[in-house]
Amino acid sequence: MTATTRRRPLEISALLRFERQAIAAAVNLLEDRRPERQEQARALLDELAVLPVPAHVVGITGPPGVGKSSLISRLIARAAQAGKRVGVVAVDPSSKVSGGALLGDRGRMHVPPHAPVFVRSFAARDRLGGLSREAFSAVFLLRHLCDVILIETVGVGQSETDIAHIADTVVLVVQPFSGDLLQFIKAGVMEVPDILAVNKADDTTLARKAVAEVTAALSLERRSWARPVLAVSATTDLHIDALDAAIAAHYHHLRTAHVLDTRRAEQMVEWVVSEVMYELGRVGLAALGGSTGIHTLLERQPATWGALRRLAALVQRVEYRVTGEL
Amino acid sequence: MKKDAPWVMRTYSGHSTARASNELYRLNLSKGQTGLSVAFDLPTQTGYDSDHPIARGEVGKVGVPVCHIGDMEMLFAGIPLGQMNTSMTINATAAWLLALYIATAERQGVDPKGLQGTTQNDIIKEYLSRGTYIFPPEPSLRLISDTITYTVAHIPKWNPVNVCSYHLQEAGATPVQEVAYALCSAIAILDTVRASGQLGEAEFAEAVGRISFFVNSGIRFIEEVCKLRAFSQLWDELTRDRYGVTDPKLRRFRYGVQVNSLNLTEAQPENNIPRIVLEALGVTLSKNVRCRAMQLPAWNEALGLPRPWDQQWSLRIQQILAYETDILEYEDIFDGSRVIEAKTDEIKRAAWAEVERVMEFGGVIAALDYIKEQLVASHTERVRRINTGEQIIVGVNKFTETAPSPLYTGDSSAILKVDEAAEREQIARLRAFRAQRNQAEVTAALAALREAAVSGANIMPASIRCAHAGVTTGEWGQTLREVFGEFRAPTGIRGVTVASRNEGPVATQLEALRARVRRVADTLGRPLKVLIGKPGLDGHSNGAEQIAVWCRDAGMEVVYEGIRLTPEQIINSARDEGVHLVGLSILSGSHLRLVPEILAGLRDEGLGHIPVVVGGIIPEDDAEQLRRAGVARVYTPKDFEMVRILSDMVDVAETVAEHA
Repeated sequence: MTATTRRRPLEISALLRFERQAIAAAVNLLEDRRPERQEQARALLDELAVLPVPAHVVGITGPPGVGKSSLISRLIARAAQAGKRVGVVAVDPSSKVSGGALLGDRGRMHVPPHAPVFVRSFAARDRLGGLSREAFSAVFLLRHLCDVILIETVGVGQSETDIAHIADTVVLVVQPFSGDLLQFIKAGVMEVPDILAVNKADDTTLARKAVAEVTAALSLERRSWARPVLAVSATTDLHIDALDAAIAAHYHHLRTAHVLDTRRAEQMVEWVVSEVMYELGRVGLAALGGSTGIHTLLERQPATWGALRRLAALVQRVEYRVTGEL
Repeated sequence: MKKDAPWVMRTYSGHSTARASNELYRLNLSKGQTGLSVAFDLPTQTGYDSDHPIARGEVGKVGVPVCHIGDMEMLFAGIPLGQMNTSMTINATAAWLLALYIATAERQGVDPKGLQGTTQNDIIKEYLSRGTYIFPPEPSLRLISDTITYTVAHIPKWNPVNVCSYHLQEAGATPVQEVAYALCSAIAILDTVRASGQLGEAEFAEAVGRISFFVNSGIRFIEEVCKLRAFSQLWDELTRDRYGVTDPKLRRFRYGVQVNSLNLTEAQPENNIPRIVLEALGVTLSKNVRCRAMQLPAWNEALGLPRPWDQQWSLRIQQILAYETDILEYEDIFDGSRVIEAKTDEIKRAAWAEVERVMEFGGVIAALDYIKEQLVASHTERVRRINTGEQIIVGVNKFTETAPSPLYTGDSSAILKVDEAAEREQIARLRAFRAQRNQAEVTAALAALREAAVSGANIMPASIRCAHAGVTTGEWGQTLREVFGEFRAPTGIRGVTVASRNEGPVATQLEALRARVRRVADTLGRPLKVLIGKPGLDGHSNGAEQIAVWCRDAGMEVVYEGIRLTPEQIINSARDEGVHLVGLSILSGSHLRLVPEILAGLRDEGLGHIPVVVGGIIPEDDAEQLRRAGVARVYTPKDFEMVRILSDMVDVAETVAEHA
């Protein structure tokens, strides 16, 4: 492979044809922190921003060891069977000491080799258990290319909120016989999920007890979407069809209740705000009129990444001049 | 006193085909071996036929392929099973291979009642160390329980389960951990048997009496003597207190042994002979805890497959111990030793505390993640101590100067090469066998097997019927896969770290390496990302796990995919994940088939620029062939310095990045 072919600019058409090598290259680009590559990444995002978003973005979260990856594996199989294009984003924590990370979830996912399934693992890097900037960007890219996106994060508090900033539907996975449930209820994590799955429910007595506990925890509130609590088993494929159906039903609910577009517009604003904060800081955000300003900006002009980048470069030059003069 | 009878002498062997292995067995028996120890190849161990795509390159490599009763009959042709003591290293498919063995005996005209031998049949250590599991814990334990209840009733002299501490030690276990986790496995098995309700009280006590162990014996052979004494006492107490077995004979700790292969070195391999001898002493010196059966590795196992002469040398060690020395002539020479008793007590106490800890988790299955993490941590500590020189390995990290060895010159003439034609021969035989069998009988037998699996009836009668009907290993495995589902064991590497306990030169080197990894990340624009995986069916993941942990601690992002990957999966992952380097670990000897396939696949996907490094038991000739095929680096057991390996991997990734 020569350098010239590898540096070939990414063709949107290849991405839209779901050529996985092109998708991988695009995600590599989004991850690349070198200035010239960041420039190209922004250009790519701008090109995509005007395209439709066919994907249903599903977040799967929960404590370590509850079987999220195996569950995702089952959902991948169903989506692939239905001929859907699937994107999977798996997030693992990074080590604070070394900066390194072990990305082990992929090993637990069975990915049919010839089906249109793209799986990418991310280290949480500086976001404890949550989604890194790079993972966020990747989801925003994949939204245009996939029919369904499954995001796996380890639920340790922070990530539940992170996942709500990016997913249309959030599934919280718990297991029976753990003290997690009580912790979640206390920590207010129960606000976030749209669906609750009690995995490892082969032991029916324990599972029934867990389902009852969760249902009780949820019953206090009234919502337009009655949040289902399902006992499933990824190992034996028990009630995974029901989970799959519940996920689809929630998507249907979002669309018929006309909240999907609002939710996504909010997510977009949130993301741009955090990017502005990253590039320009608080002052920069204020100069753009805060969240409200960003909202208005996005309504007028969805493809703003290039502009933001140019703005950032401008600020950097100002900063340079100031330091230079001082 | 009357001289004690010697233990059963075996050699773990089998390769290529049933025909070739049968020849080897008969040769070994003619040399004075008193039992057989069958090594099965990985497809057989994981329930696949030789012509299954995932079996490519693995057929006949680490053992003999047995796909059907025709293979089993050929394997034991001319060996009267009524007089043989056969140990079979078989786990996930143990019920099936036992069924084939019984059916073969019946065809030889032997009453199965008199059969003697052992099926290893310990799934828990497969999850924790060896990797040839198939089904989830619950159905796996049920299959084990079925073989126990069946043999207690029908083959009373059979050892249906060899609870293994052996592989726990290979995965890093300390003597305390080895004893503790093996006992926990035995508890899980016996609890399942008791709960099955298939046995009455007296029969259950018989079943307890049939549980035997398969242990490891390391170079610290005095500690090993104490370990076995502690093991024996704990087993006696456990079977009395937990299971109410009143007959002391049924509470006896019986075990077979393979001495440690993990510490056999590739450097100055002749040094392995004294190691093997000393380790054999650890399991023979103390009469009260002397092994019932022994198999010794060969001096050149770290180089590749041993030849018949190498195995003969190891058998001769056993024979010299048993027939030339006086060890069989005394009562237990350690009885009354305060020193031995104190050490035994210490191990016993610590091991029991660890058993109780596991029981608090809810037993060995619920504690799998915890135990795996403990083992990986112990192993990481061992690797660290070897790296710092705190643990001396002669010829490896000390006293490395050597005169040229007349036994081994570095080429592959000192090891056995499996004939690549064996796989073709095996597949042709399998297809011919399938073509001539009665398909209606096969279908009916498989339907009965499925029904037994679903209903919870004992799996053995249906399996024996399958064996006679001509069902294949792959069909038996697939039927049960459909009913039970498949399992993925924990990797245990997440919580383990080398960094925090590191001091001294290795820590400094690791720190320097981290700084370098950060610089390379700046050049690359993103963190250095590597893929570590094991292609093929080989489940020995200790090496790959260590590399993964160390890479993480050096600051890399490590996609660790674990075991049993097809070349396609590896290529897909390398592409999707955007890795800068692919590291493959293969210990089954199938590297010449699998690695070039992966290299070609990467090139086809336009990923030919991603460097591939390979680690494993790879003879130098093969390493050269791999490098010519495009592998960037080959690491073998003599590369033990982790920082050096890692730093070398960074070099490779950096060079490629610079030329991109």
